[in-house]
Amino acid sequence: MSVEARDGALLKVEGLHAGYVHRVGLARHRVPAVAGVDLAVPAARTVGVVGESGCGKTTLARAVVGLRAPFSGRVEFAGRDLGTVSRRERRRLARELQMVFQDPFTALNPRMTVAELIAEGWRIHRGTVAPADQAAETARLLGLVGLGSEHAERRPHELSGGQCQRVSIARALALGPRLIVCDEAVSALDVSVQAQILNLLADLQEELGVSYLFISHDLDVVRHLAHEVVVMYVGTVVESGPTDEVFRNPQHPYTRALLSAVPSLRDRPGLPSREIPLHGDVPSPATPPSGCRFRTRCRLATEHCARETPPLVPRPGVGHPVACHYADGAGTTAYPAGNGS
Amino acid sequence: MTTAHESPAAEVRDLHIAFGSGRDGTDVVRGVSLALHRGRVLALVGESGSGKSLTSLAFMGLLPAGARVASGSVRVEGADTGEFTPRQWRAVRGTRIAMVFQDPASALNPAFTVGWQIAEPFRRRLGDSRARAREKAVALMETVGIPEPERRYHAHPHEFSGGMRQRAVVAMALALEPAVLLADEPTTALDVTVQAQILRLLAERQRAAGLAMLLVSHDLGVVARLAQEVAVVYAGRIVEQGDLDTVYAAPAHPYTRGLMDAVPEAAAGEPRLRSIAGHPPDPGRVPDGCAFHPRCAFATARCTTERPLLRTLADGRRAACHHAESVLAGTAPGGPYGGSDL
Repeated sequence: MSVEARDGALLKVEGLHAGYVHRVGLARHRVPAVAGVDLAVPAARTVGVVGESGCGKTTLARAVVGLRAPFSGRVEFAGRDLGTVSRRERRRLARELQMVFQDPFTALNPRMTVAELIAEGWRIHRGTVAPADQAAETARLLGLVGLGSEHAERRPHELSGGQCQRVSIARALALGPRLIVCDEAVSALDVSVQAQILNLLADLQEELGVSYLFISHDLDVVRHLAHEVVVMYVGTVVESGPTDEVFRNPQHPYTRALLSAVPSLRDRPGLPSREIPLHGDVPSPATPPSGCRFRTRCRLATEHCARETPPLVPRPGVGHPVACHYADGAGTTAYPAGNGS
Repeated sequence: MTTAHESPAAEVRDLHIAFGSGRDGTDVVRGVSLALHRGRVLALVGESGSGKSLTSLAFMGLLPAGARVASGSVRVEGADTGEFTPRQWRAVRGTRIAMVFQDPASALNPAFTVGWQIAEPFRRRLGDSRARAREKAVALMETVGIPEPERRYHAHPHEFSGGMRQRAVVAMALALEPAVLLADEPTTALDVTVQAQILRLLAERQRAAGLAMLLVSHDLGVVARLAQEVAVVYAGRIVEQGDLDTVYAAPAHPYTRGLMDAVPEAAAGEPRLRSIAGHPPDPGRVPDGCAFHPRCAFATARCTTERPLLRTLADGRRAACHHAESVLAGTAPGGPYGGSDL
């Protein structure tokens, strides 16, 4: 508790390396999908993690909740290092550290009813809710996530995607979590339903003080929900800071390109595009470029970028950390704006 | 503007698509009429289960097993496809009307090289020699922005990134120079920077070839990049249709308005999104009257019994709402069925 109280972070990730092991014959190669990530999630706040396929955001989520053992680095939750706590303590902490997955259909056991799915955690963590109170608690949780008691006896295939995701959230809430890791939790949902779930998550944060590590490829969603944002590219953080600041004044060339590509309601066919096009493909995390990992696709890249990895630190004129040798706060002068094609 | 005098490149009229047969059949698409004109992009917008994908598949005669056109007509370049034999359909697909699917990974055969698959229509449909087909395929790969096409001709799909695969799928769709292109969520499976590239490619090819295009999408931002006209579907019916500018500037149907308000971009700084309460009805359990009335803040008693027809408003767009004028004027009649903000 003391560490938590000192710097206010509920979750702290430090120097995290995690990924998968690639076997070639007898040789085993570690492929770090996450290669040295630091981040912190304060209590009752939302930190968004954005990036494209292969940036390591899902590996990060899984390493945080313990579904994937890190190669190195620390994951600290509520002041406890999850890598060194006893199994018993880990189990207790698991109640407070829950996850909601992208695809609610595969995340829910199709043979269980909604009531059983919600109560499952209480069977594993005995004593959380007394058996006599479970029916009432299930009804309360269903109400909390906007479902009715008529849903309790249904199975996942009888529910819509949005309803299944509400069940997933109710399941996570059943154990009284302090942090919920949401991995693309609204990505499979229709926009009107997505808005309901986002509002629900915001309400739950206000009422229960729960924090979210919110992983998403959807920048508009993260901009709306997250207090702080972390931008990832090929396993590393390229930029992080208060959401509003990063979105208003992106400094890393990758963040700029990413933001410029987001479709807008104000776009029209034939109108000049704001898009800063990116060329080439995302490098493999198994064989990342030397130095800055974005340099192979960056218009600003120099020899220096190939030799030296830019650290994630605040730069002069920039309020938040950026991992680019050339971020100078002006940005628009250093990095050419969209070519108006 | 819509060129009403020119006959559409493809159209559906009062299309009904049902799952199951006879009395037990459930209509999923319930009377959709759409006309695709040369050189124009029409976007069909709606949520899962609205029937938008089935409608686009009906244009190709590719409805999934169990689904059938229950009534209405599908016309491709004036020809009624209702009487088409499988052979006639094959003659039309690819050459007159083609489709870009959502998932480029499953649209390509993993066992064959990408180049071979792009060249296939030239060999099989045009009877080109292998060498000639290969030449055309390489040129086409270049057109859709696949770098080093000579070398990549021999690559298998797994060696391509998602964006390159979708470029290959676009190449296959355009190979035989169709007049009509159907794109069903063509960028939904792609990353945002790749999505931007594919949208640019589609816009460029559509303009260059003067294609009539149907874009099926749930993403209002994607639609804004490509389409001049938009049709919004809800529970198997079009609820609003018109020029994209007109509809986006001020939606006349409460559902369209709800969809636009629900987009996080529209909330700009507000702590809460304005969501639509409830969820779309299951096919077969569509409410009486206006299908949207249980979720609508404008609904009155009339909406529960009398189905609003798609009618033309003063500004030329069409909307299926009894209260469209009030929705536009911002004067909600409220009523006993007012939806709540969940």
